[in-house]
Amino acid sequence: MSEPKKTLIRGAKVLGGEPQDVLIDGGVIAQVGTGLSGDGADTVVEAGGKILLPGLVDLHTHLREPGREDSETVLTGTRAAASGGYTSVFAMANTFPVADTAGVVEQVYRLGQEHGYCDVQPIGAVTVGLEGVKLAELGAMHESAAAVTVFSDDGKCVHDAVIMRRALEYVKAFGGVVAQHAQEPRLTEGAQMNEGTVSAELGLGGWPAVAEESIIARDVLLAEHVGSRVHICHLSTAGSVEIVRWAKSRGIDVTAEVTPHHLLLTDELVRTYNPVYKVNPPLRTEKDVMALREALADGTIDIVATDHAPHPHEDKDCEWAAAAMGMVGLETALGVVQQTMVDTGLLDWAGVADRMSFKPAEIGQATGHGRPVSAGEPANLVLVDADYRGAVDPAGFASRSRNTPYEGRELPGRVTHTWLRGKATLADGKLA
Amino acid sequence: MDTQKSDARPVLEGPDIARVLTRIAHEIVERAKGAEDVVLLGIPTRGVFLARRLAAKLEEITGRAVPVGSLDITMYRDDLRMHPPRALARTDIPGDGIDGRLVVLVDDVLFSGRTIRAALDALNDIGRPRAVQLAVLVDRGHRELPIRADYVGKNLPTSLRETVKVQLAEEDGRDAVLLGAKPDPAAAGRAEQ
Amino acid sequence: MMRHLISAADLTRDDAVLILDTAEEMARVSDRPIKKLPALRGRTVCNLFFEDSTRTRISFEAAEKRLSADVINFAAKGSSVSKGESLKDTAQTLEAMGVDAVVIRHGASGAPYRLATSGWIDAPVINAGDGTHQHPTQALLDAFTMRRRLTGPDAGIGQGLDGRRVTIVGDVLHSRVARSNVDLLHTLGAEVTLVAPPTLLPVGVETWPCEVSYDLDATLTKSDAVMMLRVQRERMNAAFFPTEREYSRRYGLDGDRMARMPEHAIVMHPGPMVRGMEITAQVADSGRCTAVEQVANGVFTRMAVLYLLLGGNEPAVTNTRTEETK
Repeated sequence: MSEPKKTLIRGAKVLGGEPQDVLIDGGVIAQVGTGLSGDGADTVVEAGGKILLPGLVDLHTHLREPGREDSETVLTGTRAAASGGYTSVFAMANTFPVADTAGVVEQVYRLGQEHGYCDVQPIGAVTVGLEGVKLAELGAMHESAAAVTVFSDDGKCVHDAVIMRRALEYVKAFGGVVAQHAQEPRLTEGAQMNEGTVSAELGLGGWPAVAEESIIARDVLLAEHVGSRVHICHLSTAGSVEIVRWAKSRGIDVTAEVTPHHLLLTDELVRTYNPVYKVNPPLRTEKDVMALREALADGTIDIVATDHAPHPHEDKDCEWAAAAMGMVGLETALGVVQQTMVDTGLLDWAGVADRMSFKPAEIGQATGHGRPVSAGEPANLVLVDADYRGAVDPAGFASRSRNTPYEGRELPGRVTHTWLRGKATLADGKLA
Repeated sequence: MDTQKSDARPVLEGPDIARVLTRIAHEIVERAKGAEDVVLLGIPTRGVFLARRLAAKLEEITGRAVPVGSLDITMYRDDLRMHPPRALARTDIPGDGIDGRLVVLVDDVLFSGRTIRAALDALNDIGRPRAVQLAVLVDRGHRELPIRADYVGKNLPTSLRETVKVQLAEEDGRDAVLLGAKPDPAAAGRAEQ
Repeated sequence: MMRHLISAADLTRDDAVLILDTAEEMARVSDRPIKKLPALRGRTVCNLFFEDSTRTRISFEAAEKRLSADVINFAAKGSSVSKGESLKDTAQTLEAMGVDAVVIRHGASGAPYRLATSGWIDAPVINAGDGTHQHPTQALLDAFTMRRRLTGPDAGIGQGLDGRRVTIVGDVLHSRVARSNVDLLHTLGAEVTLVAPPTLLPVGVETWPCEVSYDLDATLTKSDAVMMLRVQRERMNAAFFPTEREYSRRYGLDGDRMARMPEHAIVMHPGPMVRGMEITAQVADSGRCTAVEQVANGVFTRMAVLYLLLGGNEPAVTNTRTEETK
């Protein structure tokens, strides 16, 4: 990996503002200004008006290692992250074995450190084996080398109200947060897609919005009752937005994320029966998509998280019901956000920096990430060519998996450079 | 269609068609010794109308009703796989069937003989006639199979570049046999090869 | 005609009428001593059944054999499929053996669509029922039965079902028969009313081209045909309705209810019937019930579909299909 001591980025629009020069030295930002000298710099990057953002932070990634290295590893996943402009990712706990002990989370954490493409912050399971019955050793995971602060049974919902209450209370002792995958299990037995007019026609089992909304409503009330904070994973319905908006107006300490795909795609795509569109929570309706965009713009939804969920080809090259749920997202997230939020005028680049870097780092307590682009801060940066337009070609992905719903779709923007503490993990679109 | 019509030359007009059908009816009565066991089966579409007209004439001559029906040969065609599937026409076998009877197949134009071959196959699946005969309004030659007609309205020597079109009042609003040039240049090109 | 038959919703009115008219000619063949036609001679059709359905499989098989096709029956149970072989591999294996068309029955909604559109195989695909999605040949045979009974075999030729009032009663939620019938009957001009307890109607049914009612008695008196759907007893355990008795009382068809139907109206059932549940023996065995006729008509209708899909030009099969690239 290239480790220049000094890098000068010349003429970059920092957070979309006026072009400036940024000098990186020894892993930190040394200077931000105009007319900075490139003398003595090992590398000079002519940004030519590209957008410079703080390195992106993904609070919701599936790296699959240990257990499903056929779909992704920490190495391939972090390369995909660097490719997509991320400098920090939070790895979900639903691995094999489940990340419910200090041992597993430390393993994942160390792998991330060794590869050096992107910081990996493991998320610990809330319950043993994600089974929703017995609390995992949350404290031990927090005290481990991985210093886990976010806990989630993602993939499964912590559906038992008592267990959820205890988890919310317990993590207060060390400032942790529970990230809930809101899905009432009984209402979603056999669910294959959003329940509505399309599912009625296609004869696929419905995943009703209320199965998500009822859990969110319960959990924000629980969080209020016990005075904890709660984070809602991949919020997908207009109704969920209303509940979170109401909770925030009451002063409940709730944060929420939305995935790029829920900002763009709808359940109409399921008509193709192509499992590349199969995801949990499912693609919803146009009305939901619009409500999610609006909520992300007004801050009701705090962050964008990818729910990057790699699956091997054979798990998607089959009939819908047999297919796995999930989509890869690290390498297309910024493009989708630009298309749905920036190009539509809902959010400026400073807003993107907030939703994809500052806020997720804050929620996950990712030290050194999500910092302002100013002198003295760690040089975690990403340079984006926002004028670029091109069709998504999964063949070029760094991820081991190709299950993207955007194949052939034109998305704006391209990440050209990513710096992790001053080291270029991605330069001119090429991984180090 | 108009240009085709203007190019086509009538070789039989309405009265001619009526006259040849009368003659054929008489021939059938004569050859079938009173036509007592005759069953007329027309091949759709126009063969069916001709069969019905022949049946009427036979009834005039013999004073007895002659069973008449239709025989669709679509699924027995040897060029079935060379075209999109065709809509089926009605096969309508008179109540007493064809076993032991003299079946007279009726068609408008006898050309390659392939239609009649298909009709013989179709008959085979329906029963066992005493004998099968063939009546056609026009025989234009160019046989590709060893088939001949027993009753011919008019022998019409033609070139392969010509078309023979039979019009009947029931379907076309008038009776005529038209001889014309093949309108399709691609088909003309094939003929030249 | 299109190359595949996946959904009744894909049929235009002209397509549907052509199929029904062709089925009418096929029906006449069954009166002959030799009930066989040469239309599919030399063609191999595979009945690929991932779900048990002896009735439907036999019906297709009879139709295929009457058209002189070579028939391969592939039941997924006890085969390599039960050992984890994928739909894709199974289909490709069959095609490699020279199958010209695949009739597929599958428990997963959309499996036939996937087979027809994924590029896995080139052969035409006929949907013989997929999950709770579609069963287009069932809808066609039902429409054929209605047209024959209500309009007449000859008078019906060239006709749709314009203005006919059809009531479909029962477990619409889990029924591919109901979905297919709503689509096809609407295309043919009939007015469809679905009657079911609200628990057995899908969310979103209000966008379908039909009426919905919870009251059987109110719709019976103005129906030309009443189609009873099978209601599986195990639905009771999932709380779709309280008891079998309550279901029969509210939504079952018995002699009293049948007597309130118009004189000419028929009772239909796709089978297998659960006597005592959705239909009483008295109704099932009455002359107004067309269940047995529907079975016979199923063969004619499937013959028509097979002939119209496979009887003509060779499907554009290219044997040079490139290796699947990952």
